[in-house]
Amino acid sequence: MHRRTLLALAAGLAAAGLAGTTPGARAQETFKIGLILPMTGASASTGRQIEAAVKLYIAQNGDTVAGRKVQLIVKDDTGVADVTKRLAQELIVNEKVGAVAGFGLTPLALSVAPLATQAKVPQVVMAAATATITEASPFIVRTSFTLPQATQPMAEWASANGMKKVVTLVTDYGPGIDAEKTFTATFTKAGGTVENLRVPLANPDFSPFLQKVADAKPDALFVFVPSGYGAQFMRQFTERGLDKSGIKLIGTGDVTDDDLLNGMGDAALGVVTSHHYSAVHDSAENKAFVAAFKKTAGFRPNFMGVGGYDGMHVIYEGLKKTNGAGGEALVNAIKGMAWTSVRGPVSIDPQTRDIIQNVYIRKVEKVDGELYNVEFATIPNVKDPVKAAKAN
Amino acid sequence: MLTILFDGVAYGMLLFVLACGLAITLGLMNFVNLAHGAFAMAGGYVTAILINRWGLPFLATLPFAFLVPAAIGLVLERTLYVRLYHRNHLDQVLFSIGLVFMAVAAVDWTMGSQQQFVTLPSWLKGRVDILGVQVGLYRSFIIVVCSVLVVALQLVLAKTRFGSRLRAAVDDPRVARGLGINVSAIFAITFAFGSGLAGLGGALGAEILGLDPTFPLKFMIYFLIVVTVGGTTSLTGPFLASILLGVADVAGKYYVPSFGAFVIYSLMIVVLVLRPQGLFARAR
Repeated sequence: MHRRTLLALAAGLAAAGLAGTTPGARAQETFKIGLILPMTGASASTGRQIEAAVKLYIAQNGDTVAGRKVQLIVKDDTGVADVTKRLAQELIVNEKVGAVAGFGLTPLALSVAPLATQAKVPQVVMAAATATITEASPFIVRTSFTLPQATQPMAEWASANGMKKVVTLVTDYGPGIDAEKTFTATFTKAGGTVENLRVPLANPDFSPFLQKVADAKPDALFVFVPSGYGAQFMRQFTERGLDKSGIKLIGTGDVTDDDLLNGMGDAALGVVTSHHYSAVHDSAENKAFVAAFKKTAGFRPNFMGVGGYDGMHVIYEGLKKTNGAGGEALVNAIKGMAWTSVRGPVSIDPQTRDIIQNVYIRKVEKVDGELYNVEFATIPNVKDPVKAAKAN
Repeated sequence: MLTILFDGVAYGMLLFVLACGLAITLGLMNFVNLAHGAFAMAGGYVTAILINRWGLPFLATLPFAFLVPAAIGLVLERTLYVRLYHRNHLDQVLFSIGLVFMAVAAVDWTMGSQQQFVTLPSWLKGRVDILGVQVGLYRSFIIVVCSVLVVALQLVLAKTRFGSRLRAAVDDPRVARGLGINVSAIFAITFAFGSGLAGLGGALGAEILGLDPTFPLKFMIYFLIVVTVGGTTSLTGPFLASILLGVADVAGKYYVPSFGAFVIYSLMIVVLVLRPQGLFARAR
């Protein structure tokens, strides 16, 4: 007997055995969710936020869904794609998780995409925001946002509010380039002029770039830096006196991340950004969420936390709809799902598996002695413009 | 553009304060101390904690930002580093990089991974216009502090008894011991002093460079570039190298933004091809 035939036979038997399990028997099994997050390293605040939100969701909604016990396995990938991939592989093969979730950065999400496709395991992206991610696997569902989605409304708002000349300053990597391209395309189409600057990811000093902005004398500076760099940027912006020079600071919400906003101090006051979530979003759902989050986690939720919270929501609701089945059925159940999130009404686009949501224009203001992004305009039901353009 | 020149000089000065401790330990004591950034981080965190939790003003925290890392440096030198002086450079590299990882993990565990903020007094914020040149107040402050430091250090090394003993101890420890110089005490003091300078640099740099647990890894490359370009046998070398690199980095990013990030590395390569011993060092 050849070894290969034996192996095939064994595999066949195992498959037959699996197929033979009745739905009733399966209902007894626990449904494991592998949550892979950067818990240490430069993006650790993302991991901390999402973990807290996911645990809060489980605490609020119980750990039994559709008759199956939900078990959360949290793994730290330190923000390195190789580690993410290895952890996902271990979780899928050894732990037989029903879904993998988390993914703090674009490369981390992309490294797992082939595994999700191969193993037919749903991959819920709760943070990474480059537009193309959901195209990497038909099993990817995203509950965070895409940068073009958050950027386009800002460009439209800027041109509608009399700005003619804008300089963009973005960090030179996937999401930054996404933001730059979207802003430039939208803003020039509306008749404005744009000058682009890219800052290297490892950049200790913004001064030469800010000096260039000061010399260009634009109406506004559009900025995207990954969350965490925002504070440093803001301080150098004021240090240079740009806040008093009449150059408005605009950007996506990453730069005034709720998690760090208070630490930035009054330098951040008046900054206008567009984003899908603010901790002071005015709704009953959000007030309850923020209160519960602060109580259990001890800090304020930000947009990362909300991505995690809603990510758990689609998994839970998907399990209910499919009576606890995972894999392809779960992804199909999530497609088209619509609900009222703490950030407002949202739905999962059945074609792109990306989230459709309101984008808000906000301004940093003092509320009860703390800094918040106060929303003052709403652009309803924004789809990711990159994929929407491809579909047309 | 004088503003660019000014920013570059200030940035270079900051690099110098951060790296001059390394110039002392690596250059004078011939110890490859990659953990240098960890001492700088310690200084930054001392300042951040004293300001944010204890409410001390920024200037009052600076002595502590020097003393605490110096004390840590002294303890580590007596207990760990002293055992590695005679080992080869690879052992020293492995040991000190291990220390870096431990420091990163320890700070992450105790302080959290988020950015720390240092609140500056209002008289150090903003900028003034001097003869048409926009001068940042905080950057001027850095330039003043660094200028004082470099003069003082050079005087100590070149003119004092301690300086000549140190140089003797480094060049030939056996003969120095024979002459009645307490070599190990001199090494300990020098190491502590180098660590303290790193701490001071970390405290001064927190505002511009940011401060989080990955600090020693993020900026290690810059310290090493300064010391390699400047050469390791004197302090003036790293000082001039810092200024050159600071100005080149800032100007490069300003005038050729698309290539800007590589200017500092290209400069290093050119210098090392032309003068492998460092820009301002005599060949050994």
